[in-house]
Amino acid sequence: MQMRDFVVRFAGEGGQGVVTSAEGLAQASTQVGYHALTYATFPSQILGGPTWTQARISTETVLSAGDNIDVLVAFNEEAYENHRSEVRDGGVIIFNSNDFEIENNPQSFGLPIDELARTTGNNRAANMIVIGALAHLVNMPQQYLKDFVTDRFTRGRDNDEEIIKSNHQALDLGRSHAAESGFNLGELADPIKPDYQQVMMKGNEAISVGAIAAGLNFYAGYPISPATTVLLYMERNLHGEGKFVYQVGSEIEAITALIGGGYAGKKAMTATAGPGFSLMSEGIGLAWMSEVPLVVVDVQRGGPATGLPTKTEQSDLMSCMYPAHGDVKLPVIAVGTVEECFYGAIKALNWAERYQGPVILMTEMALAERVQNIPRPDLSKITVEDRLTYDGNNGYKRYEGDQLSPMPIPGRPGAYVANGSEHDDVGDTTHLPSHHISNTERRFNKIELLKENEYESQNPDSEICIVPWGGSKGPALEAFNELNAEGMDIGFYYTMLLNPLPPEMLEQLRSKKLVIVPELNYQGQFSSILRSLSVNAVSITQYTGLPFRVKDLVSEIKNLTETKTK
Amino acid sequence: MSKRNPEYDFKWCPGCGDFGVRRAIEFAMIDRLENTDLPIENNVVVAGIGCSGNLVHLLEGQQPYGIHGIHGRSLPIAFGVKMANPELNVIVVAGDGDFLSIGGEHIGPQAARNLNICAVVMDNGVYGLTKGQSSPTSKSGAITSSTPFGKIEAQADPLQLYLTHGATFVASGFSGQPRELAQLITRGMNHPGFAMVHVQSPCTTYNDFFIEMKGDAKNGIAPLVQPIPEEHDASNIDAAFELIQKPGVPIGVIYEDSNVATLDQKVVDMRSKARVRDADALLGDFEF
Repeated sequence: MQMRDFVVRFAGEGGQGVVTSAEGLAQASTQVGYHALTYATFPSQILGGPTWTQARISTETVLSAGDNIDVLVAFNEEAYENHRSEVRDGGVIIFNSNDFEIENNPQSFGLPIDELARTTGNNRAANMIVIGALAHLVNMPQQYLKDFVTDRFTRGRDNDEEIIKSNHQALDLGRSHAAESGFNLGELADPIKPDYQQVMMKGNEAISVGAIAAGLNFYAGYPISPATTVLLYMERNLHGEGKFVYQVGSEIEAITALIGGGYAGKKAMTATAGPGFSLMSEGIGLAWMSEVPLVVVDVQRGGPATGLPTKTEQSDLMSCMYPAHGDVKLPVIAVGTVEECFYGAIKALNWAERYQGPVILMTEMALAERVQNIPRPDLSKITVEDRLTYDGNNGYKRYEGDQLSPMPIPGRPGAYVANGSEHDDVGDTTHLPSHHISNTERRFNKIELLKENEYESQNPDSEICIVPWGGSKGPALEAFNELNAEGMDIGFYYTMLLNPLPPEMLEQLRSKKLVIVPELNYQGQFSSILRSLSVNAVSITQYTGLPFRVKDLVSEIKNLTETKTK
Repeated sequence: MSKRNPEYDFKWCPGCGDFGVRRAIEFAMIDRLENTDLPIENNVVVAGIGCSGNLVHLLEGQQPYGIHGIHGRSLPIAFGVKMANPELNVIVVAGDGDFLSIGGEHIGPQAARNLNICAVVMDNGVYGLTKGQSSPTSKSGAITSSTPFGKIEAQADPLQLYLTHGATFVASGFSGQPRELAQLITRGMNHPGFAMVHVQSPCTTYNDFFIEMKGDAKNGIAPLVQPIPEEHDASNIDAAFELIQKPGVPIGVIYEDSNVATLDQKVVDMRSKARVRDADALLGDFEF
């Protein structure tokens, strides 16, 4: 049987190679032209704790982690018990027979992973034992994997050869051991190698490089899962004349440092998660009020307070759009794929410069840690925007007018006070009604500058449509494809621009009989916002800390269309 | 800006100590304009929230840049401005409530970094703008609107706090002596590193300790403010700690160490170890 798609779940304890095996499989597969995507969920501890990662390999672009598990690799008994029910009919379970034994499950075979790794003389080759076994199950040519190993470990070190040899041996041992088991799933179709240059990166890496491509030159951050990797990337790479990166003492310090930096002419950004974002609220309000460009990346995790630090959720939309007290509604961009992480970061920095204020870039845990192959961004095709600056004399009225005005930069003429109190044209405090009226309107008028008709749609003539946001895009699109193939009359809309929404898309949604919003929160936050904009929207909600499964969406969408359109 | 801006609707009470501090900052800025080639726009005044923070709107003469931010956060905002452009002269103006209570968490990190700015703290021992609540520097036992039975906490000792955190310049001044204060602020601005100028600035409405500070010879009240003796060795940290333990309020430079690298210098050093690559080169890391 030929397979076009192959889903493997690795489950075990932190430190057992669960993540490295999945990423190794994904990397080896993309190397020869397959498409791959990983999904990782971690325990909130350094060593141990139940964890699992999934890799999906396909001949086409991968939209979601997939819910038909072809192979479960169980590194311990607990993992086996917790995940066995998710393996599809006819799927296979590989268990680490050095750790435990499974009796009476004809679907499974044991692989003595540790023992086989030891015989190669390299205990760290354990994940190659597993990958070798998987390659046998789908008849993936062994040479693909060996070339990948050679490439990966050719690092110009003395022991390169030794490491390559032991990993090659590990691949062979895993493969022959799996062959002896007699299991086989079929043959993974040959890859259709893309004829363009690709990159393979995680969501947070794509955001980091995208921001640097957009001219980021000021980053201040505080460690918090799952946003820390952005700080770490910046600490290593945001260097050069005029660039500044710093790990500050708190999220309050991060946001207020950004205000100082943005005010002084820099393109400033920070990345945080829910608890840190809450601490930034007042500062974000100051940026809005005093009109200072900056970008806050919110890598969503689950729950209020400490909540679920290492799980995924889409429950920060309301707080991102309305983060501060008073009349505020912030520009929000929510990304849904690794590629969008890259372009979304550029868009966020451009927006901040264009309207001179704070912009929120929303992403989520599942995307932050997702490894995916994407076309290498063509930097010659991106647009980088810079704020309108003031080049006149002193005595400038920085806050005059009912929309945007050029921004003076400290050190150059045009001194003013950037004020978080309501102010007059030069920035001095005033509580006169006339100024509060004109400035409130001015701040909202500036949002108009961000209206763009960037969105995707399919079957726009259907009266019912699916409108996911953020990382639920992938599973929703896959569900749409399935329903569409079944002949259901249904449409699909998607944009990463959540505020302001693309005007054309909003207009179309308003004419729909029913708009279905799959989102990972209890309240149905995006559908609430859409309803406030006169769209007849209902949510499909999930709050498990995990992404949607396509099969769940398919049945929920069918249910909703039947009950809501009768 | 009050004279040229009739719509600005904030006023200090008559006799407020902050008038003296404003005057001193104006003197120090004029001095800087006269003695350097740097234009007024080279100066950025980062103000806290409270009576003191309004100083940024009340400066007369040529106007510097300013930020009037949010309560307690003047230091990290100043950190952002300074590290965005180390060529700027950044001055923080804040009060005891703003700087020592809600903003207290920011003093330690900036001192440890030796951020090259000058912070002028106007200490009136009370929350004035919210009408007379107890502040960290209110005396223990003080009856205020929020401590009707007397303040139960100990009175904070800001000078000791700054020294303990490792501020590389600590001076103490009095709003009733604007000329002398201006000199301290000038020295603080010129100091290469984190400079604290702590100023006794009485609140004539809720906590008027002007006479206590200045003394009243006719009525036999000895002044609390005392010029620091010439023989004090400001480069000696032990002498600094010893000095502030003595009764009264020492006026002058308590401690100064100009040999510690500033944060911006340290960042330049660090950068020299980093490989500088543009976005295109960074993308190359992810190619396969």
